[in-house]
Amino acid sequence: MGSHGIRDQVAIVGMGCTAFGEHWGKSTDDLLVESATAAAASAGVGLAEIDAFWLGTMGSGVSGLTLSKPLRLPYKPVTRLENMCATGSESLRNACYAVASGAYDVAMAIGVEKLKDSGYSGLAGSNPPGAGDDGKGDTTAPANFSLLAPAYAAKYGVDPAEMKDVLTRIAWKNHQNGAKNPRAQFRKEVPKETIKNSPLVAGMLGIFDCSGVSDGSAAAIVVRAADAPRYTGKPLYVKALSLVAGPASGLSSPDYDFTTFPEVAASARDAYQQAGIRDPRAELALAEVHDCFTPTELVLMEDLGFAERGQGWKDVLSGCFDAGGDLPVNPDGGLKAFGHPIGASGLRMMFEAWLQLRGEAPAERALRTVADGRSLALTHNLGGGPGECVSFVSVVGTHRGA
Amino acid sequence: MGGLAGYGAYIPYYRLERSRIAGALGTGGGRGTRSVAGYDEDTTSLAVEAGRVALASLAGADGRGAVRQLFFATAVPAYADKTNATAIHAALRLPADALAVDMVGAVRSGVGALLTAAQSATPAMAVLADIRTGLPGSADERDSGDGAAAFIFAGAGSGLPVLAEITGQGCATAEFLDRWRSPGAAASRVWEERFGEQVYGPLAEVAVADALKQAGLTPGQVDHLIVAGLPARAAARIVRAAGVRPEAVTDNRTASIGNAGTAQPGILLADVLDRAGPGETILLVVLADGATALVLRTTAALASHRPQRPVAAQIAAGSTALEYATFLSWRGFLDREPPRRPDPDPVAAPPAQRRADWKFGLVASRCTRCGLRSLPPDRVCQNCHAVDEMAAVPLADVPATVATFTVDRLAYTPSPPMFMVVLDFDGGGRMRCQLADATEDEVRIGLRAEMTFRRLVTAAGVHNYFWKARPVRATG
Repeated sequence: MGSHGIRDQVAIVGMGCTAFGEHWGKSTDDLLVESATAAAASAGVGLAEIDAFWLGTMGSGVSGLTLSKPLRLPYKPVTRLENMCATGSESLRNACYAVASGAYDVAMAIGVEKLKDSGYSGLAGSNPPGAGDDGKGDTTAPANFSLLAPAYAAKYGVDPAEMKDVLTRIAWKNHQNGAKNPRAQFRKEVPKETIKNSPLVAGMLGIFDCSGVSDGSAAAIVVRAADAPRYTGKPLYVKALSLVAGPASGLSSPDYDFTTFPEVAASARDAYQQAGIRDPRAELALAEVHDCFTPTELVLMEDLGFAERGQGWKDVLSGCFDAGGDLPVNPDGGLKAFGHPIGASGLRMMFEAWLQLRGEAPAERALRTVADGRSLALTHNLGGGPGECVSFVSVVGTHRGA
Repeated sequence: MGGLAGYGAYIPYYRLERSRIAGALGTGGGRGTRSVAGYDEDTTSLAVEAGRVALASLAGADGRGAVRQLFFATAVPAYADKTNATAIHAALRLPADALAVDMVGAVRSGVGALLTAAQSATPAMAVLADIRTGLPGSADERDSGDGAAAFIFAGAGSGLPVLAEITGQGCATAEFLDRWRSPGAAASRVWEERFGEQVYGPLAEVAVADALKQAGLTPGQVDHLIVAGLPARAAARIVRAAGVRPEAVTDNRTASIGNAGTAQPGILLADVLDRAGPGETILLVVLADGATALVLRTTAALASHRPQRPVAAQIAAGSTALEYATFLSWRGFLDREPPRRPDPDPVAAPPAQRRADWKFGLVASRCTRCGLRSLPPDRVCQNCHAVDEMAAVPLADVPATVATFTVDRLAYTPSPPMFMVVLDFDGGGRMRCQLADATEDEVRIGLRAEMTFRRLVTAAGVHNYFWKARPVRATG
């Protein structure tokens, strides 16, 4: 028994990512064609040269046909998978394992979500038939995540008004970052006062504390590390992939206090061990984390080991996680400003690591940490909510065997 | 005849100030308040709440296990074709082999259920519930009310306590148009009140005379006179003509809670039982398509078996913050724009049937190895991971504390916003559920809460009954 990881066995050699947003004029098929062809072109391969595909989508299609049909793939293995909001990362994880196993030479991980055809605000999930007696489907995602804020404030003695400032700063920072990113859903800086005074959605969360509901797709090409130089001079080597599903006991066990995601802490521990990371805040050049709602990002700073317990809010206020800070978090705008098409988000995070670590981000977005020589990036993707969730953490880097 | 073993009433939390009607419509209204069932209550859920109060009054005796029959009366059943009493039976965790049937559609069913249960040879329960209103601006809207009452009768030789004996009964039945409603219609129609006043008078005389004769009493020996019924003018006249001592006339509570129709005789009887001394005589007269009279004589056991929630205390605990527009939307007279969210998922029959103990009875599981409670019930213990070593633990009557909460302004609910709380039960166990009968400034961490049976939502014609929390308020 043991989690060993596949450190440096596979590499990402091409990526594509659509702009995220309300794509009234584009279908799921359009988004898939766009990201798949961009990723293949980025790796210098044709779609016909890809041996196997993992398609992540929460609700925009079922089965491998959702991808094979628009791409007219000729009798290739295509797996469609779902793991809530961690779906995109899950497709990458499975593609990586398939290549590491030796089963395939070239694999594609691709994620897509078409949310804006539903006509609803927020997410519209579909639950299996139930008895209506478990609270599922009653409350919305912002309500579930809003539970973090008062619990955190109470535990660490943060005044509610100050807590609102902390959350506002997270949204403000991610909008600052998104404003510079041409692929982001929201490309405007938003004044703190606007964020702070936005209409309440749930608990202390206003509209600006919530991620963007959008359409989009992203894709990655994965090959064996040894083969990577044949495709690109700057591959991203996969250092760690960790996914955990919790026992979902937070909503049934009084021990849980809504100030942490134990699933995130567990997946981070596992990933850091696989990658050999001791001090993530000092070693990582950037982190793309699952900021579905502002208090989520705050708690993640502690669960991922970027801040001491109870100190995350101070680090947020002091700008540690700004694009120019100690450890840039969500320099692409995050779910908040880049948007959150569920199945695509995990791969969108990886796309930012791809751009930044390879020095391909435009100058106005380039990170000082990368220039300073840091070569590792982390992506974190979460599905579910406080008390019951799945969590994914990856670490990638530009040096093999580093 | 069998004796009364337990009783309880349920007056919903909300009151509509009648002056708000005139404030909105420019006419109508009046003084005082009427009781209003929450948007998440129906006659079935009201009946469950009253039934819980009644069963709790049987402290020490196994009333729950003793009940052999359940009769549910209401003029506005939540379902036709399907029995509504079965949901009440499930929520009260009555024995599987007990009979549970509806007596629904007419206001007179209330006293019918009461008499049927009283005459049962085996322990029987009658639960009366009603939700009444009329078209906006009508007298029915102003004068009626919502509520429920439940009575458990001991039958013969059950060992249940007897709080009051039934010593006389009289009936008069007549076919005439007093009040009627087509199935599905939003409001009743009534003939001129003076017509009913004239018809009910002689009918009541017959019923009362028969009941008092059986009991061997004269009107002057009656300690408490209750005249219930929606025909208010007739009821007032019968009170005046009854010949009882003036101090025996009881307050019919219409000034504060209105007239809950089918449930009114039960609520008023419970109210009198809440304060009657031992050896006192109660004459209950019910006017509905005829007249029915019942004479009860209280016993010394009454004082020690009164419910924890007296009617007067429930009346006093009500909230008058309800806006008239909110009242109209709750009763379906004002359609509000729903959130831009998918319709709620309808309840599926097989999972609801498999989980009936949990869904209706709030029966959780407790690990027999480590003692951990799980809500909903688990097969694998989340603490010690023992498999299938669970015992059932009913939690409906266990108080809890709010561990954390949120106000959800986006969620689909018939009356936004939705209050969601995470509850930690005394003695262990946690669940997430909605908070009912509360305002935003009341919800806080540490709030003491108790469970209440509600209709969460209706989707695809299926009522989703489940439990919510509500703030613990002084009602005792």
